Amino acid sequence: MFSAIVMSQKDLLPRWRGVLETLSTPNPHRLPSSIVRDDEQSLVSAAKKGDARAFEELVSRYERKIFRLTSNITGNHEDAEDAMQEAFLKAYSHLDSFQGASRFYTWLVRIAANEALMRLRRRRPGMVSLDEPIQGETDLMPRELEDWGANPEQRYAQSELEEILSEFVDKLEPEYRIVLVLRDVEELSAEETSEALGISISAVKSRLLRGRLKLREKLSRYLRLDVPN
Amino acid sequence: MNCKGVIREISNYIDGELDPAVKQELERHLSHCEDCTMILDQTRKSIEILCDAQPVELPRDVHDRLHQAIREKFSRRTN
Repeated sequence: MFSAIVMSQKDLLPRWRGVLETLSTPNPHRLPSSIVRDDEQSLVSAAKKGDARAFEELVSRYERKIFRLTSNITGNHEDAEDAMQEAFLKAYSHLDSFQGASRFYTWLVRIAANEALMRLRRRRPGMVSLDEPIQGETDLMPRELEDWGANPEQRYAQSELEEILSEFVDKLEPEYRIVLVLRDVEELSAEETSEALGISISAVKSRLLRGRLKLREKLSRYLRLDVPN
Repeated sequence: MNCKGVIREISNYIDGELDPAVKQELERHLSHCEDCTMILDQTRKSIEILCDAQPVELPRDVHDRLHQAIREKFSRRTN
């Protein structure tokens, strides 16, 4: 397979071999999220004892990320705001039931993801199912096979990239979008994502694979070397 | 491992979640397949671009309404 491309890119082989070592190291984005600071636990304890300022500090710390999450899932500003607000209010109401088995942030993400999903399902009844198995593998094979060159993202302004990505995330099927956002934007582990969405780890991985491949296909249309900018 | 097998495992490979034997097999394929290597590199790059291009902004009015709602919740609880 890919024989036409293989013939035309023979000269690139040494370069690709050279980056193999870098590629095989774990993705830096997979490291534990840096947003969670050491004092999270003490803030949660204080909030549980009724310290309103401690809870507001937690809100201030996570509100941007939670709003980004609910925006990415719902694709709708009004629903995103509602879901975020409801998530924080529910977190406050149920703080006593938070046992600290997971990070507070992960617990909050789970609540927010559920609130956002509920609103998305309301708008698209019958269209959002996270636990159905994915059929077939034929759609996995990449179609866009063009060289991007070095630092392809530098050919675009940050705002242009944000626009391209925003359009991609909005159009991506919800079952892939939600997993991609939780794993690659919010940096939850596969286990945390599985827990947050109530689906198996293998379902998380399978949806993530497809979401990532679709993302690459989309970006390839912009980042390939022969696209005039 | 063939190209199809590499694509199936590419995401687990990026996350460092492959068994050593499968990882070795995949890397053996990568060492002679420029297309799979390119797809791997671009997929990895795509994740970085997605992550970097996600603005973490909260409109002021949304922030204000959120904190207002939370303060109302506090006052209902204390009253």
